[in-house]
Amino acid sequence: MLTISNISKTFNPGTVNEKQALTGLSLHLERGDFVTIIGSNGAGKSTLFNAISGSFLTDSGSILLAGRDITFQPEYRRAKRIGRLFQDPLRGTAPGMTIEENLALAAGSGGWFSRVSRAEKTRFRDRLALLDMGLEDRMRQPVGLLSGGQRQALTLLMATMVPPKLLLLDEHTAALDPGAAEKVLGLTRDIVAEHKLTTMMITHNMQQALSLGNRTLMMDSGRIVLDVSGEERSGLTVSGLLERFKAGVGKGLDNDRILLSG
Amino acid sequence: MDLTTVLSLGQTALELGLICSLTVLALFLSYSMLNVCDLSTDGCFTLGAAVGAAVALSGHPFLALAAAMAAGVCSGFITALLQTRLGVDSLLAGIIVNTALYSINIAVMSGASLLNMNKAETVFTLVKDRLEGTPLAGQYKLVVALAAVALALAVLTLFLNTKLGLAIRATGNNPDMVRASSINPIFTTTVGLCVANAFTGLSGCLLAQSQKSAEINIGTGMVTIALASLLIGRTILGRGSILSRAVGVVLGSFLFRLVYTVALRFNMPAFMLKLVSSVIVVLAISGPYLKRRWPMIRRRLSHRSGTAKGGR
Repeated sequence: MLTISNISKTFNPGTVNEKQALTGLSLHLERGDFVTIIGSNGAGKSTLFNAISGSFLTDSGSILLAGRDITFQPEYRRAKRIGRLFQDPLRGTAPGMTIEENLALAAGSGGWFSRVSRAEKTRFRDRLALLDMGLEDRMRQPVGLLSGGQRQALTLLMATMVPPKLLLLDEHTAALDPGAAEKVLGLTRDIVAEHKLTTMMITHNMQQALSLGNRTLMMDSGRIVLDVSGEERSGLTVSGLLERFKAGVGKGLDNDRILLSG
Repeated sequence: MDLTTVLSLGQTALELGLICSLTVLALFLSYSMLNVCDLSTDGCFTLGAAVGAAVALSGHPFLALAAAMAAGVCSGFITALLQTRLGVDSLLAGIIVNTALYSINIAVMSGASLLNMNKAETVFTLVKDRLEGTPLAGQYKLVVALAAVALALAVLTLFLNTKLGLAIRATGNNPDMVRASSINPIFTTTVGLCVANAFTGLSGCLLAQSQKSAEINIGTGMVTIALASLLIGRTILGRGSILSRAVGVVLGSFLFRLVYTVALRFNMPAFMLKLVSSVIVVLAISGPYLKRRWPMIRRRLSHRSGTAKGGR
């Protein structure tokens, strides 16, 4: 589904702030893979997501998504096939517009001059009801009135309204309170399973990294240093994972927000 | 002041307010929705007046309206092009286009700084002839202005509720979201500015036709006047549906003109208009800002006076 070949990215080349964020990274994802990604601060996790979604163009290498070369596609074109959630729940929705209007933008159906149809409104209402947050009765309220958890759940719904080829989750529950985080995570699990979405999720929760999905990557210094899946992964504990990381990189995992237990 | 004077003052304010409210609606789209402060508004307003007058003088008063709007679209397109594709800062893009339009406007008026339409047919004279003998005969200016504003309100409200309109609003409301969604912000910004400037051009054209002359300074200060009206409108009807907010904006334009006309009546010199509009804009923007900061300012002041007395 996703094939990344040998991509590199250096920020501020030729200056004192030069930073090699990605160094010859390659990765292949099968359709329906759910990959969790962990790594130290500055390991290049978010940079990898930025490269895939097109926030910048890579210095070298190529990216293929569902058979199409997207290496040089502008961000808004890739966004048609890639859904993305950020840590900041405020980033994914327009606060001054109503829930209904936000969903209409995400649904992307109909021509530029079409209006939100009654059928669409019914569909939005049904989808919102699945969140079990009572949002289906607040469709005409501005999104700015919602809590962080509600906004992130709505963003998740919007990102998957048209099932994307690839779903990128960048610590999307990290800024939420524990209850809301659990809720959004449960919704993520359900929606990903429902559409069999190919998903990549960055997390700092080691337990989550092992329990969710079917494959776990560890990144360091712009590279993938550990890639476990299948039986090898199901037998792995958090401490086992940390040991594997230390063995691979030669130093301990250094992330000031890492959570060792669920 | 007797009743007839009051009524005639109200009517003047209503006519002017309605005609200029088209520019306020343009800023409602570009400033409130798209979050772009379009400083080419002054020049574009004059462009609409000049193009409208030139076409009306050639004997096509209705075509003049369309031509003025088309000219506005072109102007908006250039402003958008500069800021989306050519790396010019959005404020600077407006200023540059505004300056360039001065030359264009003189050129459109065939080198003169004034076009006189005393003998030409305008939309207003046509409607006046049509209304001859009906009870509305004396109100022809009001009829034209009302019709134009009603049409503009309908078009703008419908437009802002289409998928394209929603995309334009999202571009102004949360650029982060738009960047990560499948909306091309360059496209939405361009369309938004084109539509907004079409309204500005129409507004200029109608003002010129109602005054029977287009003059190179007709649009000077228009952006501030329109912003003042917009911000007044926002305080009246700032929330709710797009339609009610747009109606609020038109009301704001009328109120602004009404206050101004009354002030003129009490011997305020006409040249004060621009100072008054500037002060209103500053008050409307700084007021809420200072109100937010007030608790902190007060705390600091009381802290300072506390230490002055020897402190705790």
